[in-house]
Amino acid sequence: MKGKIVRVAGPLVIARGIPGAKMYDVVRVGNAGLVGEIIELKGDEASIQVYENTSGIGPGEPVITTGAPLSVELGPGLLTSIFDGIQRPLDVMREKVGDFITRGLDIPPLSREKKWDFEPAVKEGEEIGEGDILGEVQETKYIRHRILVPPGIKGKVRKIRGGSFTIEEEIAVIKTDDGKETSLTMLQKWPVRRPRPFKKKLPPEKILITGQRVIDAFFPLAKGGTACVPGPFGSGKTVLQHQLAKWSDAHIIIYIGCGERGNEMASVLLEFPELEDPYTGEPLINRTVLIANTSNMPVAAREASIYTGVTIAEYFRDMGYNVAVMADSTSRWAEALREISGRLEEMPGEEGYPAYLPQRVAEFYERAGRVICIGKDGREGTLSIIGAVSPPGGDLSDPVVQATLKVVKVFWSLEDWLAYRRHFPAINWLTSYSLYVENLESYLKKEIAEDWLNLRKEALKILEKEADLQEIVRLVGVESLSPKDRLLLETARSIREDFLHQNAFDPVDTYSPLKKQYLMLKIVLEFHHQLIKLLEEGKDIQDLLSHPLREEIARMRYVKNEDEKTLSDLLERVRKIGEVAHV
Amino acid sequence: MFKEYLTVREISGPLVLVEEVEGVKYDELIEITAPDGSLRRGRVLEVHEDKALVQLFEGATGIDIYRTRVRFLGRGIEIGLSLDMLGRVFDGMGRVRDDGPPIIPEITLDINGSPINPYSRDYPSEFIQTGISAIDGLNTLVRGQKLPIFSGSGLPHARVAAQIVRQAKVLGKEEKFAVVFAGMGITFEEADFFLKSFEKGVALSRTVVFLNLADDPSIERIATPRVALTCAEYLAFYKDMHVLVILLDMTNYCEALREISAARKEVPGRRGYPGYMYTDLASIYERAGRIKGKKGSITQMPILTMPEDDKTHPIPDLTGYITEGQIILSRSLHRKGIYPPIDVLPSLSRLKDRGIGKGKTREDHADLFNQLFSAYAHGKEVQELAVILGEESLSELDRIYYKFAEIFEEVYVNQGEYEERSIEETLDLGWKLLTLLPQSELKRVRPEFIEKYLPKEKFTPERGG
Ligand SMILES: Nc1ncnc2c1ncn2[C@@H]1O[C@H](COP(=O)(O)OP(=O)(O)OP(=O)(O)O)[C@@H](O)[C@H]1O
Ligand SMILES: [Mg+2]
Repeated sequence: MKGKIVRVAGPLVIARGIPGAKMYDVVRVGNAGLVGEIIELKGDEASIQVYENTSGIGPGEPVITTGAPLSVELGPGLLTSIFDGIQRPLDVMREKVGDFITRGLDIPPLSREKKWDFEPAVKEGEEIGEGDILGEVQETKYIRHRILVPPGIKGKVRKIRGGSFTIEEEIAVIKTDDGKETSLTMLQKWPVRRPRPFKKKLPPEKILITGQRVIDAFFPLAKGGTACVPGPFGSGKTVLQHQLAKWSDAHIIIYIGCGERGNEMASVLLEFPELEDPYTGEPLINRTVLIANTSNMPVAAREASIYTGVTIAEYFRDMGYNVAVMADSTSRWAEALREISGRLEEMPGEEGYPAYLPQRVAEFYERAGRVICIGKDGREGTLSIIGAVSPPGGDLSDPVVQATLKVVKVFWSLEDWLAYRRHFPAINWLTSYSLYVENLESYLKKEIAEDWLNLRKEALKILEKEADLQEIVRLVGVESLSPKDRLLLETARSIREDFLHQNAFDPVDTYSPLKKQYLMLKIVLEFHHQLIKLLEEGKDIQDLLSHPLREEIARMRYVKNEDEKTLSDLLERVRKIGEVAHV
Repeated sequence: MFKEYLTVREISGPLVLVEEVEGVKYDELIEITAPDGSLRRGRVLEVHEDKALVQLFEGATGIDIYRTRVRFLGRGIEIGLSLDMLGRVFDGMGRVRDDGPPIIPEITLDINGSPINPYSRDYPSEFIQTGISAIDGLNTLVRGQKLPIFSGSGLPHARVAAQIVRQAKVLGKEEKFAVVFAGMGITFEEADFFLKSFEKGVALSRTVVFLNLADDPSIERIATPRVALTCAEYLAFYKDMHVLVILLDMTNYCEALREISAARKEVPGRRGYPGYMYTDLASIYERAGRIKGKKGSITQMPILTMPEDDKTHPIPDLTGYITEGQIILSRSLHRKGIYPPIDVLPSLSRLKDRGIGKGKTREDHADLFNQLFSAYAHGKEVQELAVILGEESLSELDRIYYKFAEIFEEVYVNQGEYEERSIEETLDLGWKLLTLLPQSELKRVRPEFIEKYLPKEKFTPERGG
């Protein structure tokens, strides 16, 4: 028995009489067998969002349900992969059908042929429960893929075997308490719209190091935290997301290209195998999973892509890893939601978005966090989410921005006027914020330096003062300022140009370790203090403004990251400029 | 052969509702015979049981409810393609428009194409020399890029585009290239201007032209860029050619999209444009690029006129969100008599970084670019300040920058419509301009480049030249 299509309108198909239809079940639509998901049931009629192009589909064609919700496959082989929004492997797809996306394909996400060396971590007879580590696979050089007892399973290990297996071969048999035997493989599935369980959520307390100075020093993100990057086109959202994917000190990166450019995914595929992870020296691709549902790929699969991504992220979190998810751009996801909602003729809310948009946004970011994982060893895992938002005209009153700001704790506001001046990252230092600074305080003091937060505070204050002074300069000219204020303006400029500005395309500047960030900021501010002192001793302001050390300060960024000495020496010299009699 | 329906029930704007149909598919091509015997084409927008909502490309004039005959053709909209299309002119749906013979297709393709698998994409990195300094030097175009021109009504975007078409080349290579031009809603004069300029430059024999003029049916414009891009894909990926696609004017395209959306009574998005316009435009712009293992490429240069010169208007805004940068034309430069009036500061080529430097343009390109850009930006800021405070209030250094910005516009941005500058000329000109600044200001260029490239003599521009 099959259901029948009664209506086709773009990505929305309505079908009647699908036997056993349940909400969110995956169905196969039409003679072409397109993948779709039931998103509304009204009497006998099911509304289906279809993840593939529906051209050529019409009423009367069959619809059958798979009886299962939209799920991802989890297991060894995820890392280094590139999937579309519903986890079809794009590399395999290319091998099979060529360079253009073809519909109706049935390709499993993970290889069924590849063998993995499974090393058991439990013995026969042991009592185990959900989340316990059954064993491990060395998936890439530095990532051990832990095979966990799936949620809901508890009992005695009847059988366990090490060796080389495909993900479908049996590795263990568990005798559950009710006497039944369950066979386990390395392959598991999980429905994407249901968060994976954990034992307990904890407040984040460690910084997610990104190597981006304006972020780590001014508006830091915590491991397990959430951040958003809104900004108009060309302001640097994608470059920033790529930078975070490259340089964050997370174990695993899930990068979701949601409704954006194909060439941006190509650039990740080109660069990540070449670039080294600064923490392990391994190619970055070895810790990365890519989800690519570009703007020209079917719109409904765009809606699914962020759930596919975050579910894979949760799976690695459950192994006890620090995982970071980048979603570029959540606006495209929201637009997909709006398009489907419009076709369903739901009551539109603000800007045509469905009224449940804020709810969906909140649910998505709620999947981030620092947690105690299920499993008896009490391991900790974190999942951080960084979402780009692309508001029309860069206008922050956009409903997606507003819904996002309500839930995320870090706001990096990218602005076009900064981008026009090629001040990158174009993060506005006056309006951006991080609500994690307090959580991170003790950790930062311990890990970087006791005075780190004071430096941060002082630098921000100087920049704020600069904004006030610039108002005055615009009205009456710079000559009207006191020498001290002119010095402050110069220092503010130095903070912006020598510290905040960071070129993503320069091999050294692209990433700064915390220690280097600290020294750089320390030098800029120490220099300021010294000059103020000299000024008070009666030195001429013009000489101070053109002090020869400025040039060295401007070049700090290019000092090799491993070379701490050059900057420590510079700091020493800055401290002593007062002693060198004349400037 | 195909069943004919006489069951048109409703006609509203470009939309027609046909009832009691059978076996109709979404997005299917239809053909309509109007009572006067004329043929129209359309596509199925939605099908609900036995009702099909159809959008007509050529408008509904003369169509009635009683005598109009509708046939559903069981396939999408297709275009027959062949190399004989080079040198020919077609209408907005790909039918022969000039006096030449009909095209005997080698292959027939659906105009909607299929998305390129992101895994198959090859990252664009080959420098295209346009001969225009403001582009080559500061907003470098590469093969496979989509780089739009944001213009305004009355600005010379057509002349700029024609100049690019005439002059664009990849250095040191003799390769097969072609130009596909799609005109949407443009005037006869604009079209004629392009045709004439093709005759002079690239030679018409390398060009395929698709024209939907201002007085042609507006809904046809929905198909025009797709027809053109299908032709471009054929030339690039079946025939190994490097294709430059010019789409003019995307604003007219978007207006057609809005017209259909309004006729369907959809919930309008910003300024009445449909909420799916981003996705729709992406299905056009993303058809640029390179594919691994294929010789050819598609480079796109869509042109749009910004309503009221407003960059935040949905048309430029959504375009900017999809394309890889933008070239913005400025009305104030145009008023000053600068051609091409390229507003350097907000313009951007996002793919330039991998297209410039040693082995591509020259080793000093990136440094020079940064220095020129920051000096010009500083100069513009000073000019703004001077408007409020008066030139006298400027420091000596600021006055130098003030002057620099002026000369930069007159000498570097400004050039002849038939002047083709090689990349060396453009770079050397940049260095000449840098002699206007004190050497201590050249912080963004490496000392060894200053040594090697900075002229010893200070540059003296010939005024008004
Ligand atoms: N940190 C950086 N260093 C150097 N250049 C940068 C940096 N960030 C951004 N840019 C420049 O800005 C351009 C645009 O950045 P990006 O593509 O990230 O913008 P976006 O905000 O993602 O735009 P869209 O919304 O259209 O996708 C880049 O191509 C690059 O030239
Ligand atoms: Mg982007």
